[in-house]
Amino acid sequence: MTQPAPGPLALLVATRKGVWMLRSDAARRHFDPDGPHFLGHVIHHAVLDPRDRRTLLIAARTGHLGPTVFRSVDAGKRWQEASSPPAFRKAKAGETGRVVDHVFWLEPAHASEPGCWYAGTSPEGLFRSEDGGDTWAPVAGFNDHPRNAEWTKKEDLGTPDGPILHSIQIDPRNSRHLYISMSGIGGGVFESSDGGGDWKPMNAGCVVNFGPNPEPEVGHDPHCMRLHPLEPDLLYQQNHCGIYRMRRPEARWVRIGDNMPKDVGDIGFPIELHPRDPRTAWVFPMDGTDVWPRTSPDGKPAVYVTRDAGESWQRQDRGLPREQAWFTVRRQAMAVDARDPVGVYFGTTSGEVWGSASEGSEWSCLARHLPLIHSVETAEFAP
Amino acid sequence: MKVWIPQPLRSYTQQQTHVVADGATLAELLADLDRRYPGIRFRMIDEQDGVRTHMRLFVNREPVASLATPLRDGDEVHIFQALSGG
Repeated sequence: MTQPAPGPLALLVATRKGVWMLRSDAARRHFDPDGPHFLGHVIHHAVLDPRDRRTLLIAARTGHLGPTVFRSVDAGKRWQEASSPPAFRKAKAGETGRVVDHVFWLEPAHASEPGCWYAGTSPEGLFRSEDGGDTWAPVAGFNDHPRNAEWTKKEDLGTPDGPILHSIQIDPRNSRHLYISMSGIGGGVFESSDGGGDWKPMNAGCVVNFGPNPEPEVGHDPHCMRLHPLEPDLLYQQNHCGIYRMRRPEARWVRIGDNMPKDVGDIGFPIELHPRDPRTAWVFPMDGTDVWPRTSPDGKPAVYVTRDAGESWQRQDRGLPREQAWFTVRRQAMAVDARDPVGVYFGTTSGEVWGSASEGSEWSCLARHLPLIHSVETAEFAP
Repeated sequence: MKVWIPQPLRSYTQQQTHVVADGATLAELLADLDRRYPGIRFRMIDEQDGVRTHMRLFVNREPVASLATPLRDGDEVHIFQALSGG
């Protein structure tokens, strides 16, 4: 992976009530809050285009207005609304039409496709833009796939905020090789090798502990899936039912969360990868017992890191509260930068942003008193 | 025709509380409104032409459910939005 030339580093913090950019000093010790932008808007994702390092897209709605995408081509100085936001095709006569409730995930397409983006929505839909996020078209190969109804349309059985399509991952070797994940009763990880024209489930080895069939073809709940950019045949997944790793072409998930301490468990939302070391990954475990509190186990938050592709895990809690801290970190709310050592960051539903400029060995609070945080992304702006 | 704009949509109308738009039906009026203020329609009408859950449309102070509702010169349209939640 080419190391980007250093530029101003910021954290893009998308919250239930707007976006903040936390602008870093050179040492990544102090972050100046720039915001709120779009105060009062529900923002699920804010992403910088790594190809031009100036274009920003954010996925927005308000409590009662429909979903949209805002875009900036000058690093956030001025914003414009997409002229045609993601929307399902109009239903034919006799057909039940689908309606995008919110745009959940924004993903820049392959490096060879400048200006192209993908978006994942709730309910589960996949959309593509070829003009920098201004106009969006449904990816018919997924939205109208013959098995789409089996995989989606379970509005009452999705996540509390609705079923979602997320974790859009693109093989850096091949722009047409795509992965998506969906959370819901028909969900799982899915793969396309033809640019989204056709899709197949890819869930072998992944166990479901909440349904009648422990290893169904579909019906999984991946919370976050990542492929490593330097080793694209290596996939990691934080699932509702544990932490998994897959090596292609074997195409079978192996539960590496079994190597986590038993009193912590391997339930969580996010998983993030070291940009230069495919064997290093970070997770943020949460309490998945009883009625699923989804908070730090025992009120003692910690990040766990593996340096050997999940064979062992080490606790990283230096600087984090020692007790009575009931953090929840959502699936998009953990991020890494590309610097050396790697910076690791996470945002909480209680509005705090925590960061480590030392790959997790020590943490400090970078911002507090923000609204509920949906996502945190690093942004290495052009110099 | 005079169209009253609720506060959350006034970023599209340069903060004007009411604007002018034309059409023989409510659907045509909303299309004209979107031509004049791009993007405003999709925030209140979904891709299946349904009025979004917390939006309501009134013609001459009477609630209307159908975008096919005919309009005449001099009619007044209110776009109303509930504000709830925290």
